Amino acid sequence: MLELKNICFSAPTDNGVKEILKDISLKIEDGFTAITGPNGGGKSTIAKIISGVYKPTSGKIFLDGVDITDYSVTERAKAGISFGFQTPVKFKGITVNDIIRIASGRDITVSDACDYLSQVGLCARDYIDREINASLSGGELKRIEIASVLARGTKVSIFDEPEAGIDLWSFGSLIKVFERMHEKIGGSIIIISHQERILDTADNIIVLSAGKLKAYGPKSEILPDLYDSMNNTCKVLSDSMKEVTV
Amino acid sequence: MTETEKQLLKIIADMEGEPKGAYNIRANGALRARATTNNIDIRTKEDKPGIDIIIKSGTKGETVHIPVIIEATGLNDLVYNDFIIGDDVDVTIIAGCGIHNAGHMESRHDGIHAFFIGKNSNVKYVEKHYGEGDGTGGKNMNPTTIVNLGEGSHMEMETTQIKGIDSTSRVTKATVGKDASLVIKEKIMTHGTQNAETDFTVDLNGEGSSANVVSRSVAKDSSTQTFKSCVNGNNLCHGHTECDAIIMDNAKVNAIPQVNANHIDAALIHEAAIGKIAGEQLTKLMTLGLTEAEAEQEIISGFLK
Repeated sequence: MLELKNICFSAPTDNGVKEILKDISLKIEDGFTAITGPNGGGKSTIAKIISGVYKPTSGKIFLDGVDITDYSVTERAKAGISFGFQTPVKFKGITVNDIIRIASGRDITVSDACDYLSQVGLCARDYIDREINASLSGGELKRIEIASVLARGTKVSIFDEPEAGIDLWSFGSLIKVFERMHEKIGGSIIIISHQERILDTADNIIVLSAGKLKAYGPKSEILPDLYDSMNNTCKVLSDSMKEVTV
Repeated sequence: MTETEKQLLKIIADMEGEPKGAYNIRANGALRARATTNNIDIRTKEDKPGIDIIIKSGTKGETVHIPVIIEATGLNDLVYNDFIIGDDVDVTIIAGCGIHNAGHMESRHDGIHAFFIGKNSNVKYVEKHYGEGDGTGGKNMNPTTIVNLGEGSHMEMETTQIKGIDSTSRVTKATVGKDASLVIKEKIMTHGTQNAETDFTVDLNGEGSSANVVSRSVAKDSSTQTFKSCVNGNNLCHGHTECDAIIMDNAKVNAIPQVNANHIDAALIHEAAIGKIAGEQLTKLMTLGLTEAEAEQEIISGFLK
């Protein structure tokens, strides 16, 4: 179980220091947890706080009761936290095989790579020697990013908008990836998303808005309120959301 | 052959035991072993140190290994190797030099390689340079490569300076004929106070000729590197030169790419990029469980792969 206690995070901007996360406290149990909310609400920041990319200004983080607040990115990864970036990082020379090997922590065969890549709809034989660079499309990079998290098989996996840029590959397949992952590994799967179909698979939903925890609870409680609040805020936005989710 | 020599041969030429095909092993400035085939002859030069490698027209699928190893300290080894390659040839040439200097005097190898390649031939040339040894004596290499590429021929040069070379000055001059193409891939890593200079000049003389000169390098510690590349488009041709360097610590890297169009149909591009390892690349690999140092190592090995 992952626990955040009174997490605050501030960062310097052109207009002085901005509070990005304001006193966030929550416990994330095993199963699917979706984090949603408006842009700029602090969703990606919280993912980076959990994975150790950012250090909280104040507050504590516990993993299975152990205080990991001062753990580095590497120490958190070793403690069992994985993080799929919203924008996958490109390299020069590092191949898909390299990234899967590093993620799994062992030398891998084509068949091992196939186990992970086939889940994200990529054929290992076609991709294993490809460099992770601009020659791959945004969707391909995103799927490789997801495969690298699968290859780690840790008890906490965070995906920052995993559906963004995924082309010609249905949401259904993406959701199956998370379901299979949960069956095989268990643990907590935390998904940052705006998409209803992703939110609909979650056991629990966290709503972050303006750096504050606006709501957190079972999907059945949060989703109806979430859509109601959207209907009350902006008709253009709610109409466009309906189009997307139909 | 000593264990050190065997190890050097493995590193620079991937040789374990006697290689297949023609070979010429030079150790401590003298011939150690040689083999020729029906199609590939190797002769010792009579007027100066070095060898002539003569490859008959029509030779296909053969390899030539010509490694040089130096274990003696204070040896200054200068050789002239000429490759006379006929028409319709398809061969791989594996050169390379390994120095193990445990002494306090400079060990140095200057190889001057000249290629005369006929028509419609395909030549792959692989060269690795490597230095090791605890002594304070320098491990220096200054290769010069001259390429004359005949009509319709293709040459791919892969040169790698793996590590341990204190000082290197590499000069490559190529003349590319009608419909011929040249690809040069250079990889260099320097560390400590090493200095590496590379200087390419390619003359695209033939109609339909092309060249692609690509250098990837990593400069660590207080090492220095200079990359010069000059591609002259003298006919209807395509030329591309690219230098991509990772700079670390207190290193210095200079990149001087140059393209000269001397013909209306010459299409030439140059690119040069120098920068440190991107922070997000390190972070990504650290989220996969690597330490910062391990992540750095993976990025460098991938870059120089």
